Amino acid sequence: MTNLLEIHDLHARIVGGRDILKGINLTIKAGEVHAIMGPNGAGKSTLSSVLAGKPGYEVTLGHVLYQGHELASLGPDERARQGIFLAFQYPVEISGVNNMYFLRAALNAVRKQRGEAELDAAQFLKAVKAKLSLLDISEDLLKRAVNVGFSGGEKKRNEIFQMAMLEPALAILDETDSGLDIDALRAVANGVNRLRDPGRAIVMITHYQRLLDYIEPDFVHVLSDGKIVASGDKTLAMDLEERGYAHLASAA
Amino acid sequence: MSATLDTVETILAAGEDNYKYGFVTDIDVDELPPGLNEDTVRFISATKAEPAWLLEWRLKAFRRWQGMTAPDWAKLKIAPIDYQASTYYSAPKAASGPKSLDEIDPELLKTYEKLGIPLGERAALAGIAVDAVFDSVSVATTFKDTLAAQGIIFCSFGDAVREHPELVQKYLGSVVPPGDNFFSALNSAVFSDGSFAYIPPGIRCPMELSTYFRINAAKSGQFERTLLIADKGAYVSYLEGCTAPQRDENQLHAAVVELVAQEDAEIKYSTVQNWYPGDAEGKGGIYNFVTKRGACRGANAKIAWTQVETGSAITWKYPSCILEGENSVGEFYSVAITNHMQQADTGTKMIHIGRNTRSTIISKGISAGRGQNTYRGAVKILPGAENARNYTQCDSLLIGKTCGAHAIPYIDSRNPSARVEHEATASKVSDEQMFYCQQRGLTQEDALSLIVNGFCKEVLKELPMEFAVEAQKLLAVSLEGSVG
Repeated sequence: MTNLLEIHDLHARIVGGRDILKGINLTIKAGEVHAIMGPNGAGKSTLSSVLAGKPGYEVTLGHVLYQGHELASLGPDERARQGIFLAFQYPVEISGVNNMYFLRAALNAVRKQRGEAELDAAQFLKAVKAKLSLLDISEDLLKRAVNVGFSGGEKKRNEIFQMAMLEPALAILDETDSGLDIDALRAVANGVNRLRDPGRAIVMITHYQRLLDYIEPDFVHVLSDGKIVASGDKTLAMDLEERGYAHLASAA
Repeated sequence: MSATLDTVETILAAGEDNYKYGFVTDIDVDELPPGLNEDTVRFISATKAEPAWLLEWRLKAFRRWQGMTAPDWAKLKIAPIDYQASTYYSAPKAASGPKSLDEIDPELLKTYEKLGIPLGERAALAGIAVDAVFDSVSVATTFKDTLAAQGIIFCSFGDAVREHPELVQKYLGSVVPPGDNFFSALNSAVFSDGSFAYIPPGIRCPMELSTYFRINAAKSGQFERTLLIADKGAYVSYLEGCTAPQRDENQLHAAVVELVAQEDAEIKYSTVQNWYPGDAEGKGGIYNFVTKRGACRGANAKIAWTQVETGSAITWKYPSCILEGENSVGEFYSVAITNHMQQADTGTKMIHIGRNTRSTIISKGISAGRGQNTYRGAVKILPGAENARNYTQCDSLLIGKTCGAHAIPYIDSRNPSARVEHEATASKVSDEQMFYCQQRGLTQEDALSLIVNGFCKEVLKELPMEFAVEAQKLLAVSLEGSVG
């Protein structure tokens, strides 16, 4: 199996700041689920931002290959259209823009890239209905403006719904469990599990082990001070839950 | 440094040359030399073979104007205008009166074709009756006969003066008196043509009426008048569009629009204003000084103004409603964009005179580049306006950090039973919003356009469908030069 994502000695920072990522190496294949854990300030969100191409971040050393191509040459929208999806920790509100309308614009942008025909309103609605049941999302949510007035749980569920519609090759879930009560967490996790697919890699970025109780990763990595200091299977996460990050950080 | 700013600047830079209506039509014209005096006024009136009363009306307005000074209270920086340097009459040759479409210069038809305005067969498909005003005169009015079957009059202003003098004389200047302001006085003296519509009692106009204004000639001003009357229980929806060639000098546009809604009548007046805005450095562009006002004369009358103002170097415009009739309703929905060096000072006046009158004002101002955007509104409740209601919402969206947005609302309530609400917000297109949209696959331009369209949604949904689509595209184009 070819590698979907290869991160080689990646150093990156916020423009004008000091390096936050200090030499990340990571290889991800299609079909795999990776969890990246670590304490506050370890660089977890920076990693997701850099992979998604968020403006304001810059790579200072090393490089990333996505589907065999240099990622650095692609803008954030090109990355998205080529199958990189970021579920935001804080999904953004866009008032006046209908959630369905937004999603259709996004889906058609992605479909166009794949050489598929754009969906008209009726076809889109049909596609939506098929995915709705998957995630236990009320239709009402789709009629409202993008994330405006959504509860924390609704926002996260909406992110996963977007992921279901856009069918990315690489999904990065940035602290998707944060701010969720146990029922919402379970619903979101169920959605993600249903989106596990041999053709799709999922990277979960999280603080806590509890998300991994619901979404079982193939690999767990510990990020500390901008480097991966430990990698293993899901037992590593359980170990962390007991012993904390401190001993690993010092080992680095 | 803000990433949005980078984004916006990139887009701004990409949009330098995006005014697709900036072409000039090469056509023979009858034109007055520049300059303005009583003879100019007499010439215009004589050319149009006007009755004596109208010439007198013009001359009175002209003398009035001579004693007036241009208003300086708006938040606009305008270099002094030399009114003697403008040309006050320019007409395509042999177009001294509306003709059948076959007689129109093919160059003109081509022009309207380019503008996407259907004057010929396609008008029938579009189902919109169009009156096209090219420089100073109306060149074609479509669907006249279909409308006439229902007693609806829709024609050029010149035709109305000839064929329906009693209606013109009765209503002309009854909502906007010639001496109302500097520009209305100037217009009253030198107006050359425009559109006229009269909807008889109880008739619901079966199609959208539309006027398309086009300034073509160099150094010429355009001074058209629109007079629209909905008699008792009548309904009409009226659309107005405007474009002009791309020229380095500023051109003057000073129009007057008067609406009269009698008892139970309703008028919906929608404008998409896309005059040439000047280049990125502020060179050229139309000076748009327009007086628009509607009177709800009878009980339960309703007038709704919807405007999308994307063009002009300077916009000075306050479509207003005088709510005389009991239970009458005035509405104002506005989107105004200023990009590059554009300046807009626009808003409305709602004057509540009758009992239970209601008004709604929704204003969306978008500023980008070095644009300056001012909302100026007045809500006036007179002592007799028992239980009057007003709701005003005034939102500003800023793109980049070299532009400005201002809100200047005046509220004057002289009846204690009145209820007046005012809400205002100012926001910026955030980096996070842009990134969120792009992360879902939208290009920078599409992302910005989506956000801006969302911001304007409450206004755009008031536009008739075909106009709404055009307006959305226009927003995108204006925002290419300022917004996606």
